[in-house]
Amino acid sequence: TLRLICTTTAVQRKNAGASGPEKYTEAFIKKQIEEFNLGKRHLANMMGEDPETFTQEDIDRAIAYLFPSGLFDKQARPMMKHPTEVFPEQRKIQWGEDGRPFHFLFYTGKQSYYSLMHETYEKFLNVQKHQEQMIAQDLPLQKEKRNLAGSRWLTKIELEEMLIEKLSDDDYSRFIQLLQKLVALPCADIEENYIQKFSKEVPVQLQKVVIEPLQYDERGVAFSTGEGKRKTARATAVVYDNGTGKITVNGTDMLHYFPVLQDREQLLFPFQFLGRIGKHDMVCTVSGGGRSAQAGAIRLASAKALRSFVTEKEVEFMRQAGLLTVDPRVKERKKPGQEGPRRKFTWKKR
Amino acid sequence: DDKLLTEPLSHPDFFSVKELFTLKDLFDARVHLGHKKGCRHRFMEPYIFGCRLDQDIIDLDQTMQHLQLALNFTAHIAYRGGIILFVSRKRQFCHLIESTARACGEYAHTRYWQGGLLTNARVHFGPGVRLPDLVVFLSTLNNVFEPHVAIRDAAKMSIPTVGVVDTNCNPCLITYPIPGNDDSPAAMELYCKLFRMTIIRAKDKRRQSEAFEELR
Repeated sequence: TLRLICTTTAVQRKNAGASGPEKYTEAFIKKQIEEFNLGKRHLANMMGEDPETFTQEDIDRAIAYLFPSGLFDKQARPMMKHPTEVFPEQRKIQWGEDGRPFHFLFYTGKQSYYSLMHETYEKFLNVQKHQEQMIAQDLPLQKEKRNLAGSRWLTKIELEEMLIEKLSDDDYSRFIQLLQKLVALPCADIEENYIQKFSKEVPVQLQKVVIEPLQYDERGVAFSTGEGKRKTARATAVVYDNGTGKITVNGTDMLHYFPVLQDREQLLFPFQFLGRIGKHDMVCTVSGGGRSAQAGAIRLASAKALRSFVTEKEVEFMRQAGLLTVDPRVKERKKPGQEGPRRKFTWKKR
Repeated sequence: DDKLLTEPLSHPDFFSVKELFTLKDLFDARVHLGHKKGCRHRFMEPYIFGCRLDQDIIDLDQTMQHLQLALNFTAHIAYRGGIILFVSRKRQFCHLIESTARACGEYAHTRYWQGGLLTNARVHFGPGVRLPDLVVFLSTLNNVFEPHVAIRDAAKMSIPTVGVVDTNCNPCLITYPIPGNDDSPAAMELYCKLFRMTIIRAKDKRRQSEAFEELR
C-alpha cells in the first residue's frame, strides 16, 4: 500500500488581483441599462408622475425625497444614474479574430498616448515644411499673436479622459512641451484646428465690480445703499447726499448705540478718508455679532455705498486702503484634546 | 492552403529580394560607415572591411548577403501573415519608423520599452494576446549605448530577430544581423524603404495566390 505524502484536493487558487480591475462585458452593461430604464418607470409610478417624461432631474429629486440622507459628501448619498455614467469607460479587446491588433502602436502599451505624440509631431513637421516653403518664396511669415492669456491647455485628468488611458506626469508634461513648441512656430496657424482640441477657454476671473448708479428719493436727494459683514454681524447702510453728517443706527443715534469711541471712529473712517464728513447722512440697520463686529460691518457697508458718489480713482484709493475688502477673520473652532483653538492643556511633568 | 505555404519555401529567392537594392545604393546611403576604432565591438570584427583614419568601414559584400537573407526572411514571415514589430530607440528616426510601420500595416515600438512587454504580455495586455512573430531592430542599442532589452526578451520567447548592427553593437543574439550604419538619415531611410517594399510585395503576392487558388 502506498502512503500519500501530500494531498491537495483544493485547486490552485488563482491570484484574484492579478487580472487587474474588473472588466465589464457588453452584455453586463446592456443588462444594467435595461434595469435602469425599468427602475426609472417604477420610480415615476411611485411618485405619481408620467413615466414617459421622467427626466434625470426628476429622478434625483425623487431619490432625495425617498432616501433622505444627512451625509456631507454628495457622492456618498444614494444616487440613481445611467450606467454609462456609473461604470467608467473601458477599452474593449484590441485585436481581431486572427490575433492581429488593430492599432499600429499596440505593442508599446500606451497606444493612444503615443499615437497622439506621433500625430502632433507630424503636424510640427508639416508646419516646419510650410515655413521653409514660405521662406523659399520670400513670403512674409504670419505673425498673428495667438491669445495665450484667455486659454489654457487641458489638464492631465481631462487628457486621461480623452484617451481612456492612464498617463504619468512625465508623459503629460512632455505632451504639453511639444504643443508649446508647435504653437511657438510662426506658421502654426495652419494647424489651428488641431491645437484647439487641446486648449480651453479660461473665463475672465476678474469680474469687474459694477458700481451702482445713484438713486433719487421723493425729495430729490441722491442716495445709495451698501451691505457689509464682519464676523457674524450683517449690516445695510443707506447714505444720503446733502446731509449734515447725522448717523442713525437701528433707529437710534450713533452716539447712543456706540458708547465707545473706537466704534464711532470705525464708522466715520470712510467719510474721513474721502474728506466728506459733514456732507452725507447715513441710516443703517445692523444685526448679529458683537460691538466691534457691528461697527466693522457698518464701516464696510458705508464704504460700499460711497462708491457711487465718488470718482474711480478714489474708489481705487479706498480699495487700497482696505475699506472695501471683507475681513475674512472668523472665530476659530475649538479642537479636541486642546482647551481652545490654539491653547493646549497644561502640561504636567508627572 | 498547404500548397500556398510550401511553394515559396522551395525557391531560394521567391520574392526576388535581390532586385530591391544594389551595392551602389548601399554605398550612396553611407551604409558602410562605422564608428571609430575605439568603439568597435569584438564580435563585429568579422564584418569589418578595414579601418581608415581611425574610422571602421563595414564590408558591403557581407552586408549584401546578410541583407538579402534578412529581407527574404521578412518577406516569408509577411507572406504567412505574421506580426512584425519594428524596434528602435533612436529619437531622430522614431517618426520615420512609425510611419513606415503604419504604411506596411505592421507594428512599431520606438518608445521607452517597459519591463515585461514580451515576457509578461498576459499581464500587460490581456489573456489572449498574440506576440510578434518577428522583431526588426533598426538600431540595436538604446539611449544609454547598451543592447536593447528586446533582443534578450525576443530570444527568451523564441521570437526570431532581424537587426541592423553597427560597429559598436553586439550581434550575438540576433538571428539575422545586418552589419551596417544605423546613425545617418540616408541609411535609415534606405532600410525603411527596403523593409516597406518587401513587406508590401510579400502581402500582395499572398493576396494574388489566394485569389488564384479561389478561382481554381
